[in-house]
Amino acid sequence: MYQEIILDHYKAKHHSGLREPYQAQVTHVNPTCGDEVMLRVALDGDRVTDVSYEGVGCSISQASTSVMTDLVIGRTVAEALALHEEFTEMMHSQGRMEPDEDRLEDAVAFIGVAQFPARVKCALLGWSAFKDATAQALATTDREA
Amino acid sequence: MPDSTDRSVGASPRLVEPVETPFDVERIRADFPILTRRVGEWPLVYLDSANTSQKPRAVVDAIATHYLEHNANVARAMHTLGGEATEAFEGARNKVANFIGAVPEEVVFTKNASEALNLAAHTLGARLQPGDEIVISVLEHHSNIVPWQLLAERTGAKLRWFDITADGRLDLEAAETDGLINERTRIVSVAWVSNVLGTINPVRQIAGLAHRVGATVVVDASQGVPHLPTDVGVLGADLLAFTGHKMLGPTGVGLLWGSYDLLANLPPFLGGGEMIEIVRMTGSTFAKPPHRFEAGTPPIAQAVGLGAAVDYLSAIGMDAIAAREHQLAEYLLGRLGAVEGVRILGPTEAIDRGAAVSFTLATSDGMEIHPHDVMQFLDARGVAVRGGHHCARPLHDRLGVTASSRASAYLYTTEAEIDAFGDALDYVRNFFGGVR
Repeated sequence: MYQEIILDHYKAKHHSGLREPYQAQVTHVNPTCGDEVMLRVALDGDRVTDVSYEGVGCSISQASTSVMTDLVIGRTVAEALALHEEFTEMMHSQGRMEPDEDRLEDAVAFIGVAQFPARVKCALLGWSAFKDATAQALATTDREA
Repeated sequence: MPDSTDRSVGASPRLVEPVETPFDVERIRADFPILTRRVGEWPLVYLDSANTSQKPRAVVDAIATHYLEHNANVARAMHTLGGEATEAFEGARNKVANFIGAVPEEVVFTKNASEALNLAAHTLGARLQPGDEIVISVLEHHSNIVPWQLLAERTGAKLRWFDITADGRLDLEAAETDGLINERTRIVSVAWVSNVLGTINPVRQIAGLAHRVGATVVVDASQGVPHLPTDVGVLGADLLAFTGHKMLGPTGVGLLWGSYDLLANLPPFLGGGEMIEIVRMTGSTFAKPPHRFEAGTPPIAQAVGLGAAVDYLSAIGMDAIAAREHQLAEYLLGRLGAVEGVRILGPTEAIDRGAAVSFTLATSDGMEIHPHDVMQFLDARGVAVRGGHHCARPLHDRLGVTASSRASAYLYTTEAEIDAFGDALDYVRNFFGGVR
């Protein structure tokens, strides 16, 4: 399950660090192990312009967050949430799904993790934080509009 | 028994008297069928006994026999089977009482140690007032933290904490300087043995300090009773909580021991069947201890299984088990200490220390390898350890680490297993360090 791609992202996390501006910030934790991610989402209209984060945790949770930022930054909210859907479905497939590499790119490396139920939560930590922060950011921009 | 040999000649000093027969770990292992299984292609190396112990066949058989031949509810069923079940259940209470130097009326069955500690917090809490103080320690398991936090919130009492020293022992000096235990202290609740650091705490000494100011002493003995000879009279606690599944028994049964006079003065915890004396629409009166604290159908088969576990441990002897675990703790500390990049949390010498050892692991370039990754790699080689904060987050915060890995040994653990674990750690470290 520990593919080279995962280790590369873990050792050099993409888009790491907290940045301005942002519309929403959330902190998600994995209570069994203390994995934590604080994540910010910046939107411009319906487009994800930035996802910045700071986290501590295992290689799976940290690499997965890094891969997620590569995938969602620059996409529309609808596209990004569809990718969240697909990634979540893959992680809950117990490794039986044939993931679409054209769409999920580096995230397909996590198919091996899907065979370990205890670790699925690690892989989803950053993605869940993204979905939560995006929902909050949309609510904020709706209020301002 | 006549003994003409002088044991002091040529013998290394021992903490515990040598047992008559050598500790036959292979014979013990033969009683635990699970230890022969494989994980993938690797033989299982089970080093997670502080989490839950494995079960000997005798325990599983006792539970099966109970269900297949004697099953009925206890106390309320008046027929033959009811009598047999009640006898088996109360017989288990007797065995547990003997095992810890108590009388059966002082032994309350709960569902686990957490419930036992919640029972203690709720019933002792009935007497608390704002301004009273409860003292716990930073090395506690969450089950000996959260019930007291909730109690402090309910009553306005203040929660105070023992700190630890650099080598992972309770800092009694700082406690004295800070007046931690004082005339406002009503309850002191500490672990006998830390589930993370392995530290054996000076419970008797702390009990002495607490009793001097009239406080009640609660001891979380979940990691103590399974590993050390226990005599509640010597420990000095007023209430002692522990659990069956960490001492070869089944899950679903925990215990609270309390001195009878204290139990008799405590209000009920949960209300329901079998804990009452008379129930009228205008109110109820309650049974005497221990049944006052056992509302509803208790964990009958689980208690029977625990009774068999106590018999098993007693036949080997807790002195012999403690002496063997001391050897294992030394071996484990030595083997872990030899792995580069390992930082052992807690005492690095096997003095006043159990055989559960937590550690962090870093690569040669100083990158910390997360315990989840360590655990996963070890599991891929059949080695079962725990990775995470071990239900002791405040302690990990205090130590400045987010999480740790823990290897824990028990009476069936071998040196060869500890070697396999050490080899697997080298493999993890090389993998994450780029040596592939």
